[in-house]
Amino acid sequence: MSALTLVEAVRTALARAMEEDPRVLVLGEDVGRDGGVFRATEGLFERFGPERVLDTPLSEALFTGLAVGLGAQGFRPVVEFQFDGFLYPAIDQLVNHAGRLRARTRGRLSCPIVLRAPFGGGIRAPEHHSESPEGLFAAIPGVRTVVPSSPARAYGLLLAAIRDPDPVVFLEPKRIYRAFREEVVDDGAALPLDRAFVLREGRDLTIVAWGALVREALQAADRLAEEGVSAEVLDPATLAPLDVETILASVGRTGRCLIVHEAPPSHGPGAEIAALLAAEGLFSLLAPVARVAAFDVPTPLPRLEGVFLPNVADILEAARRLLAHR
Amino acid sequence: MGEIARFVIERVEILRPDGTLAGPLPAFAEDPDELVKLYRAMVLTRTYDTKAVALQRTGRLGTVASSLGQEAVAVGTAAAMRPEDVLLPSFREQGAMLWRGVRIEELLTFWGGDERGSDFAGPREDFPVCIPVGTHAPHAAGVATAFKLRREPRVAVCVLGDGATSKGEVYEALNLAGVWRLPMVTVVDNNRWAISVPVEAQTAAATLAQKAIGAGIPGIQVDGNDVIAVRAVVARAIERARAGEGPTLVEATTYRLSDHTTADDARRYRDDAEVSARWKEEPIGRLRAFLLARGFWDKAREEALLADCARAVDEAVEAYLARPAAPATDMIDHVFARLPAPLSRQRAEIERRARLRAREVAGR
Repeated sequence: MSALTLVEAVRTALARAMEEDPRVLVLGEDVGRDGGVFRATEGLFERFGPERVLDTPLSEALFTGLAVGLGAQGFRPVVEFQFDGFLYPAIDQLVNHAGRLRARTRGRLSCPIVLRAPFGGGIRAPEHHSESPEGLFAAIPGVRTVVPSSPARAYGLLLAAIRDPDPVVFLEPKRIYRAFREEVVDDGAALPLDRAFVLREGRDLTIVAWGALVREALQAADRLAEEGVSAEVLDPATLAPLDVETILASVGRTGRCLIVHEAPPSHGPGAEIAALLAAEGLFSLLAPVARVAAFDVPTPLPRLEGVFLPNVADILEAARRLLAHR
Repeated sequence: MGEIARFVIERVEILRPDGTLAGPLPAFAEDPDELVKLYRAMVLTRTYDTKAVALQRTGRLGTVASSLGQEAVAVGTAAAMRPEDVLLPSFREQGAMLWRGVRIEELLTFWGGDERGSDFAGPREDFPVCIPVGTHAPHAAGVATAFKLRREPRVAVCVLGDGATSKGEVYEALNLAGVWRLPMVTVVDNNRWAISVPVEAQTAAATLAQKAIGAGIPGIQVDGNDVIAVRAVVARAIERARAGEGPTLVEATTYRLSDHTTADDARRYRDDAEVSARWKEEPIGRLRAFLLARGFWDKAREEALLADCARAVDEAVEAYLARPAAPATDMIDHVFARLPAPLSRQRAEIERRARLRAREVAGR
């Protein structure tokens, strides 16, 4: 057992997966000798060699499709995208191929691939390097979208994603790549996909958050506890398919739901959760469902991202508004 | 200023449109049985296409893309492959798919609107048709990478159209295949028309074969209406790939004698006179003329072949029409290997709606 950062946990999971299954390949831009721009693949090239860790030419659509072909042939490619803003060329391959190859061949061919990408803001990065596109990916049928929120969950969920026989978009919150350490046992134990994690139990309010903002949600819950409010913090982890039962059960107990995310509000995963509660959880609600999100604008450059990104104060303010409903 | 590089694109022609020889016959073409096999495959393809269009016109098949006039590209390509190679077709390669063991009934099942048609009983590793143009080129690179990593002497063969060569992903795949020396052969089925856009409006390049030059791989043009030449050129490219010498781009020049699909009316954008002129170059008559001249073929064998093909297609049509639709839950049961728990509600809803639909139909 050792205390790892999130990016170290990713690297540990990749090494474990490659060790246990020779079909697992790592590919992408600069993942070889360079070890990836965030060093997530550091040491893998030296350990597993150039036939397991493949530097590709600079073309995201290509290496997504390349993974589809490798996956159909039985490999388990794990593709690294350098930044969230460079994920969009993958959408054509995900929508038209990865998400439907199994269905359209009735299982004759399948697509056991993982697309990993750092995502989200808060590191004062250049344009196109601070995006939160999880809603776009969560809307693609046949593709799982998974977001870890701590080193241990990154380790367990990435192993699960790589072992899963279907495509997974794995979005790693880059703001907390090195923000804190957590004990991670490298025992090869995966965490379940398609299941939400209740990270803190509470009675008065459910805060739903994922990725980097889970930390802010937990901090807000601490502050609320000082005010005598018991907040539950729920991390869906797999945004699609979404664990609706756990969310409904939680809000059924607390009666209040606050959804926190960095993605734009409209048509995002928060809207999906709010719609779920309107359809199936309405009569347990004591207050309107609230969202604290970014805005429906292109991600601003770093000087304005402090306003764009939700923080603890925003969560507390929204929580107090919900708690005013009795 | 000095010259630092020079490139040449070669073109291969063997059979002239009248069936006489323009060049030396490759070794396989010395065997009349081989030539008759190619001829039969092209005739079967045309019989299937003709029937498929007729079925669509009478409401018994969905929109379908005929390969009328292009049979030599598909059949010649498939004939150059080994069974263990993998075909990644576009949507007009029925001739290649049939050659490789896809059944006529499966083609009809797919174009009739049923995914089960892509669950081929025959070539299990071949890809299904690819309708988003050119997006399968990276898949071919992936399949070829798999072969290379496993050190298997197999080749990924991707067929795409002239329009697809305008897509970035096609270039990206050729580029990667070049850098990684992949066992990948890309056949451009240049039928001159991407729906209504002629190839001159698609690119300023004099040939599509020269698109290989930028990717650093060999490119060659072949008369795509000559099945002997297509097979010879693609076979050479495939054996080169199999030997570890890397990818090739083959441009096969042909002509789309049909509409783009049954949903298209080509008279809106091209002259009948142009089409009539191109009928003189079509591949089946050309090979028949050659076979007749050599005494490998006669009227009786032609009639027997046409009857055989018609019977095979008719039997497949009967089987296709008799097959009931899949259960509605098939649409969700094959999306993931195991139904994710959160989707079980939607599965139940699909079942419920299917029961409602059945009741609506019964009530009518």
